[in-house]
Amino acid sequence: MAATPTHFSVSHDPFSSTSLLNLQTQAIFGPNHSLKTTQLRIPASFRRKATNLQVMASGKTPGLTQEANGVAIDRQNNTDVFDDIKQRFLAFKKLKYMDDFEHYKNLADAQAPKFLVIACADSRVCPSAVLGFQPGDAFTVRNIANLVPPYESGPTETKAALEFSVNTLNVENILVIGHSRCGGIQALMKMEDEGDSRSFIHNWVVVGKKAKESTKAVASNLHFDHQCQHCEKASINHSLERLLGYPWIEEKVRQGSLSLHGGYYNFVDCTFEKWTVDYAASRGKKKEGSGIAVKDRSVWS
Amino acid sequence: MSTESYEDAIKRLGELLSKKSDLGNVAAAKIKKLTDELEELDSNKLDAVERLKSGFIHFKTNNYEKNPTLHNALAKSQSPKFLVFACADSRVSPSHILNFQLGEAFIVRNIANMVPPYDKTKHSNVGAALEYPITVLNVENILVIGHSCCGGIKGLMAIEDDTAPTKTEFIENWIQICAPAKNRIKQECKDLSFDDQCTNCEKEAVNVSLGNLLSYPFVRERVVKNKLSIRGAHYDFVKGTFDLWELDFKTTPAFGLS
Repeated sequence: MAATPTHFSVSHDPFSSTSLLNLQTQAIFGPNHSLKTTQLRIPASFRRKATNLQVMASGKTPGLTQEANGVAIDRQNNTDVFDDIKQRFLAFKKLKYMDDFEHYKNLADAQAPKFLVIACADSRVCPSAVLGFQPGDAFTVRNIANLVPPYESGPTETKAALEFSVNTLNVENILVIGHSRCGGIQALMKMEDEGDSRSFIHNWVVVGKKAKESTKAVASNLHFDHQCQHCEKASINHSLERLLGYPWIEEKVRQGSLSLHGGYYNFVDCTFEKWTVDYAASRGKKKEGSGIAVKDRSVWS
Repeated sequence: MSTESYEDAIKRLGELLSKKSDLGNVAAAKIKKLTDELEELDSNKLDAVERLKSGFIHFKTNNYEKNPTLHNALAKSQSPKFLVFACADSRVSPSHILNFQLGEAFIVRNIANMVPPYDKTKHSNVGAALEYPITVLNVENILVIGHSCCGGIKGLMAIEDDTAPTKTEFIENWIQICAPAKNRIKQECKDLSFDDQCTNCEKEAVNVSLGNLLSYPFVRERVVKNKLSIRGAHYDFVKGTFDLWELDFKTTPAFGLS
């Protein structure tokens, strides 16, 4: 087994001399308040030293001391963050990468994941952690509230990932995972009207408005938290229905080479509910315009 | 196939072999082959779901139930320190590479880990994925992680003419966000092999995304106040390396020239 050299470079800017964003201009005030302007194009390796210089110089000016102190503290935290990330990677390399080197080597040549997973970006619902996906298992898209825009409109981010994973990687399963206490779904349920375009969050979660409508139709007498939970699940089914609106997805589902699944992770009681789209039964429903049919529902706890 | 017919078939086979024992070897070989085929058929269908279930049970037993304090707290709210943009590629899960525990990192994954510039309609998706963790959860660090052998970047580098009609429905529309990176690499690294150009583009595309982050006012405001730091990274799973760098951006206090 060939030894792979351990390599971790910090503050490595690949284009240190000509980077678009490497320019720093600093004004350093001398003790007599005479103005000295120093323009520094700081090479990556000196970034930390330059930081110290900045702190020392600006600390002498009374008016800026407050700001300088703030700068000093945050910069120290920044160095800790660098170290933190470094330790994390080295641990991964030692405990996982080197142990399974052959597997990683094969993966370097090509990936052939069986799953496309669409999950929420929420820090509590990482699919690798919760479902144990290993490198190479699942092509994973994460966005706010695990929503799928319709084929005809909406942002391209998730749609490009669908196109690549289904048509190029030929995944066999798509799994849309929703979860409890979803902030995005909550924002959707709280929205006063769809024209509220003040924020990005509203502009995006409105993609799930049909799930909100169906929730309000059946659950408006429930407590808001229960309505949200209902909407979290309705939204998964709504996304699954949307997936069938992509012609190349529907084609593969019809042929039996692609299966669509929904999953709901409840981290309050640690349960995982899973179900599969019954395409044949769904076709009848599609004509009625009433959603999808599901099968093989199970709850793991 | 009903159980009854299977039992009948086995019974008939048993009767035949008891009369003609010299067929025993032939029968054994065929039965073994049949068994193997049936096992494979079975495992293909059940494999995917069983895999998920065993993965979940493993998580529940070894993580969730062993850390009740953490998970009870997370059930109420999250306060991640990191917002991470990573590629959707199955080989580069940030929680694997950087061992993020649940609750530590808000993770957005898309093709080629791109951050488009501010656009409320066209890119409301990414905008929301930035707005929520930054303005509501108050994350302190943004990390954009590129990686080796990125299919999205390779696709980008393969685009010869930006004005030509696209061959894909959505992919090219998305990856052209980092066209500035491609154009720069094609100009500055034209003597390198295509693969080396792609590697350079993987890193330069991260820099384009870092710059695009600053087009969001709520990001820029916090970066200038030093409440938010922005970093780029490149994970090379062929060599087993991880490069990390930081974006420096600030405005100094203005001083009068007159």
